Amino acid sequence: MADRNPAPDTPELRERWGAFEFNESYRERADKAIARYPEGRQRSAVMPLLDLAQRQVGEETNTQGWLPLPVIEYVADYLDMPVIRVLEVASFYFMYNMKPVGKYHVQVCGTTPCMLRGSDGLFETCKKRGMKKGHVSEDGLWTLTEVECMGNCATAPMVQINDDNYEDLTPERLDTILDALAKGEQPKAGTQEPGRHTSEPANALSSLEAMVEENHDYRSEWS
Amino acid sequence: MPKVTVDGQELEVPEGATVLQACELAGKEIPRFCYHERLSIAGNCRMCLVEVKPGPPKPQASCALPATEGQEIRTDSEMVKTAREGVMEFLLINHPLDCPICDQGGECDLQDQSVAYGRGATRYEENKRAVTEKYMGPLIKTVMTRCIHCTRCVRFSEEIAGVDEIGAVGRGEDMQITTYLEQAAEHELSANVIDLCPVGALTSRPYAFEARPWELKKTLSIDVSDAVGANIRLDSRGREVMRALPRVNDAVNEEWLSDKGRYMVDGLSKRRLDKVFMRKRGKLQPATWDEAFKAIAKAKPGKAIAAVAGDMVDCETMFAAKALLKACGSKLIEGRQTGMDYDVSNLAAVNFNSTFEGLEHAGAILIVGSHIRWEAPLVNVRIRKAVKRGAKVYVVGPYWDTTYPAEFLGEDLGVLNKLPKDVADAFKNAERGAVIVGGGALKGAHGKAMALASDWGADFNVLHFSAARMGGLMLGFAQKGGMADIVKAKPKVLISLGADEMDYEPFTDTLKVYIGHHGDKGAHSADIILPAASYAEKDGTYVNTEGRVQFAEKAVFAPGDAREDWTILRALADALKVEVGFDNFAQLQSAMIAEVPALGEEGLADYGALPKVDAKAKAEGTMSAYPIKDFYLTNPIARASEVMQRCSSELLHDGELAEAAE
Repeated sequence: MADRNPAPDTPELRERWGAFEFNESYRERADKAIARYPEGRQRSAVMPLLDLAQRQVGEETNTQGWLPLPVIEYVADYLDMPVIRVLEVASFYFMYNMKPVGKYHVQVCGTTPCMLRGSDGLFETCKKRGMKKGHVSEDGLWTLTEVECMGNCATAPMVQINDDNYEDLTPERLDTILDALAKGEQPKAGTQEPGRHTSEPANALSSLEAMVEENHDYRSEWS
Repeated sequence: MPKVTVDGQELEVPEGATVLQACELAGKEIPRFCYHERLSIAGNCRMCLVEVKPGPPKPQASCALPATEGQEIRTDSEMVKTAREGVMEFLLINHPLDCPICDQGGECDLQDQSVAYGRGATRYEENKRAVTEKYMGPLIKTVMTRCIHCTRCVRFSEEIAGVDEIGAVGRGEDMQITTYLEQAAEHELSANVIDLCPVGALTSRPYAFEARPWELKKTLSIDVSDAVGANIRLDSRGREVMRALPRVNDAVNEEWLSDKGRYMVDGLSKRRLDKVFMRKRGKLQPATWDEAFKAIAKAKPGKAIAAVAGDMVDCETMFAAKALLKACGSKLIEGRQTGMDYDVSNLAAVNFNSTFEGLEHAGAILIVGSHIRWEAPLVNVRIRKAVKRGAKVYVVGPYWDTTYPAEFLGEDLGVLNKLPKDVADAFKNAERGAVIVGGGALKGAHGKAMALASDWGADFNVLHFSAARMGGLMLGFAQKGGMADIVKAKPKVLISLGADEMDYEPFTDTLKVYIGHHGDKGAHSADIILPAASYAEKDGTYVNTEGRVQFAEKAVFAPGDAREDWTILRALADALKVEVGFDNFAQLQSAMIAEVPALGEEGLADYGALPKVDAKAKAEGTMSAYPIKDFYLTNPIARASEVMQRCSSELLHDGELAEAAE
């Protein structure tokens, strides 16, 4: 499990991020998110705003982005809400990085279905490239995190890198993806199994066959 | 009103009640940690599980389940018993077994409930979670490993105090209760989370490792740190008051207490006057009672004797002084030390007429010249409740950090003469309104504020901040011209009943006799010091700012030579060879009640109707500052208290943050 404590509040952190502000395009998106909620309920937009702030930090640092304390305070101020309430949200959800990450945040799922389908091999692949759980690699390119189920069990094992999921992985396929990313290319997201489009059955249909044509009540067949 | 059955007993419960409340009405005890009557329902501890039909065949959290018609509730079934045991077992998984070194021991909900509802032994063999301690200021000590995540403290600071500073960071097993960046909790009610905490995670820092609850003598008393008259319980051991805790009184303090009322008690054993002192050759020297009384008699005051009552004296002391002066033929008694001279011919005009409970129902509130958070933190809680119900609040006076939305109309009291239209509209639209005038604005705005209140049909309230004020006024401790009249009368002897805020400068030719308990400003200026008892060391009647007569009991004996105030005044009567008409406390009390019958009955005193208002009254003057400069140091006990001094320097004056480790 990743470290959810915020990065320490140091003078350097204050100096680097103290003046953080949404730039024009992010401000526009932030105000749009706030406008989705009724007047006086602007607090409801805290999650999209934290995400936007993290993205802007990412652009500024050429990484996936993270949430330094001054940025969290900026979001609290922007929404006129107590900063502890924003910190509660930011520290609760995994999508918010509380510590600096690399350009690519490699989140390998290690939950049972993925583990049974070989996620251990994926970790091995990452480690071979010098990634260490919870650390930014020396070239600043990678951060490896083990995460719990991402809901892609049908196409296990899977890895989430920044905004994209890569599924049906083998160590080799993951290597190809990481190589492509390192080169600055954008590999195809989703399943990596040739011939498979999304999470449809990989081979022939093996379950719920009666449901193909019409809805079918299986309950009477349960024993 | 839904009818439910609890363990076979049929009863009707009020609309909107929860299953837990229904069970309580039926006399069943439901164990709980997160549920609290005065906070919102969280439903996260799961300890209050009961069996409810109709419903899913599993135990349900009764605190968050509305009671509906025809429910069959069981609190005594096997399912409920095992469910509670299970929840308790989970709670104890990460709770350390450090009860022997935990300050909550003996008054711990978890301890009590694990005895009553838990399994006898543990089956847990893994490692326990450990959480770092969090700094929450000079009053709250944290041992967060003990936290069971009930979130009562989070809900209290958000809902009651109105200061969002405590939160739950992280999630699951890693969830931790903390303030943002471990800043100190900075509000006047912060220590109430200590009472709310059902385990030993938040305990009292000044009281840490001082005593166990079962070695303490519990005495019912009244808080004298402000004019709210919060009901408290003084816990004492031997001759020392160890702590003050709030008692439940829905009409006054609900179940909260301000930090000052709670933590100034350590000042009761510091800087105490425990000997008689007399000024000899310009220096205060120890003396005997006899010498002191002889010296006072030698001054031959005759009629030229005056008495000034301090902010914390009880009615009995004031009455004894009044009786003494009356026997001498003097009427020079005054309690408004700082020189205020508002008209007291009608006490309803200087009373908090809404009552605190009534204030909650006000739809519009105008505060004139009162920093309520500092002058009466518990009244601020009521206003916040009113605001939550939709009340609009306007403040005339310098800005202070309200815990609710409020509109500041400026420092010029003259704004009352031509209020913005929306203020008048708010009052006209509200079913009930309240105008609150602080002590600092009585000079410039008393009449105008009363005229406005009568114009709008709103309640008129004066918020005092001295515990002795209303009692003093009922006993006639007021001259027409205030302190100026006393100065003008040039008394030969001035008796100061713990008056520490008054100016002794004009009384250079007067023999100043200080009857009080702390070596504070009054004692420094006195010629003769007669050591007396503090509020914890004598029985006494107090009247709070809403005119509520309340009785406090004696918890401990005064230190050294100090005596209860009335006995000193009685002895002084002998020294001056006059007759006061009482020889013991009971006689004194009945004489007092004979004179002011309202003081004999606990509860709201009836002051009759408000006087006819002067419709042409104008408000004038500006409030550039509030009378209270430092919330934590408003009275001699608090000024002597190390805890209060530390709060003042750390929380108000950004003093050096003392290390969390002692």
